[in-house]
Amino acid sequence: MTLKVTLITGRTINQGATIENKTSSDYQEATAYCELNSKEAGSLGKPGSHVRVKTPHGDVVVKLKENNGNPDGIAFIPMGPWANAVVDPDTKGCGMPGFKGIPAEIEATGDRILLMKELIARYK
Amino acid sequence: MSNVITDALCPFCGCMCDDITVVVENNKIIEAKHACKIGAAKIMGHHRIKAPMMRKDKNADFKEVSYDEAINEAARMLANSKRPLMYGWASVLCEVHKKGILLAEELGAIIDNTATVCHGPSTLAVHEKGLPTSTLGQIKNRADVVVFWGSNPVHAHPRHMGRYSVFAKGFFSEKGRRGRKIIVVDVRKTETAGMADEYIQVQQGSDYLVISALRAILAGQAAVVPDTVGGVPKEQLVKLVDTLKAARFGAIFFGMGLTQSMSRYKNIDNAISLTTELNSFGKHVIMPMRGHYNVTGFGQVCAWETGYATAVDFARGAPYYNPGETAANDVLTRKETDAAMIIAGDAGAHFPANSVRHLAKIPVVQIDPYWNPTTEVANVVIPVAICGVEVEGTAYRMDGVSLRYRKMIEPTHPTDLEILEKITKRVIEIRGE
Repeated sequence: MTLKVTLITGRTINQGATIENKTSSDYQEATAYCELNSKEAGSLGKPGSHVRVKTPHGDVVVKLKENNGNPDGIAFIPMGPWANAVVDPDTKGCGMPGFKGIPAEIEATGDRILLMKELIARYK
Repeated sequence: MSNVITDALCPFCGCMCDDITVVVENNKIIEAKHACKIGAAKIMGHHRIKAPMMRKDKNADFKEVSYDEAINEAARMLANSKRPLMYGWASVLCEVHKKGILLAEELGAIIDNTATVCHGPSTLAVHEKGLPTSTLGQIKNRADVVVFWGSNPVHAHPRHMGRYSVFAKGFFSEKGRRGRKIIVVDVRKTETAGMADEYIQVQQGSDYLVISALRAILAGQAAVVPDTVGGVPKEQLVKLVDTLKAARFGAIFFGMGLTQSMSRYKNIDNAISLTTELNSFGKHVIMPMRGHYNVTGFGQVCAWETGYATAVDFARGAPYYNPGETAANDVLTRKETDAAMIIAGDAGAHFPANSVRHLAKIPVVQIDPYWNPTTEVANVVIPVAICGVEVEGTAYRMDGVSLRYRKMIEPTHPTDLEILEKITKRVIEIRGE
């Protein structure tokens, strides 16, 4: 099934603590995931399984996580290269891209999560 | 030999905590007491890029080179560029900013800092409305109502609540947390929201509407406000206005929830107006929760050197500023940039894929202590000392208070300042040839 959501991205403490160590698996662990409340996450798979997040701007595979602070229809990915694979590049006339409020579709996938190097290699 | 440095400043976030005790043994930091998880990780450091590296083909492996070779190639790439971008500057000191701006002027470059993906819109709002604000000390000593709007300090500024805004006890706030009402406005119930007295859940992208409704209620026009605004029941909005009106000293802290959502700088413009209007009732201030420790400092230095806080374009020979046209992601989206220097910021990780795709196609010089996604798209990588840990200098806290960083240990790499001076000298030589 495909879940339609509004995607937001932002800082977390573990993202911050690994920000100067972006080649590490700790950084990937801290940023390459998508949070949904347990009801919506449950419709896609078990926590820890992989999901593909698709927006008009790209798609990315991340780990599924539960966070019951999220209301229905809100997905959160920590800021970083995985989130930025799908955010809106439009700066809306003020220099700021759309890091929050992006319409997105999420579905379960068997594909693996790309490493930081592999993710950036897609842009070369 | 062991050395203990007390009252050291943390070089991670805009809180710039100044109570860190650092234990140094044989020029290695072995402990950073009092620092939060993020600050400690930054101070302790880890394996660095050892030597400068270069490559022509971005898919090829890097080859280690000398500093002179890397500086020469960096200068050549920038001097040959028609539309260079110099981006980053968040985690270096003001002395480095000054040198960077001089190089930007020499190159006719665009110089932009990480505020462009952070509080850049807040600067635009301040142009429109000014900023009724204060120091963090004022808030610590006086605030009895504190609002966090689209901001999650538990994660992003872990010691902010303890040192300045929530739990801190001061001259007129001796009860600390018990004497303060904490309100969190957000689109999801964050850990910060979990600690608040009142949580107001806004529908994503509706902040402007909600602020407008609060202003209408404050102006005595509650009758025109619908039953629900942006997902918030009217009663909750009326209650919030009552709480704010009753405050002796109210402080609104705002984060990316406002700057990055729909309406961008207009959200902040509206929130500043709300704060100004609240000053008819009590003392009220508003403050952006600045991310990196010296992102504020770049805005200060750039404003006194060029007249503008960020996104300054020197292509015309004189500073020109128009975010939406001259910000880093504007020029990358338009594919105008034909060479980039990324210093003390990570465009590869924190710009949308669309911008990184363009960086991957043009010559890129990176000046940074660590390997990160920008390294993956770079041609020349110049590793440097870590400002605030290995280099002394000045930085500005999120409230605009300037503080002096001391050196904790001796650097093992050249400083950003030395590298920028050498690149500038070489650029001038190349242009003269």
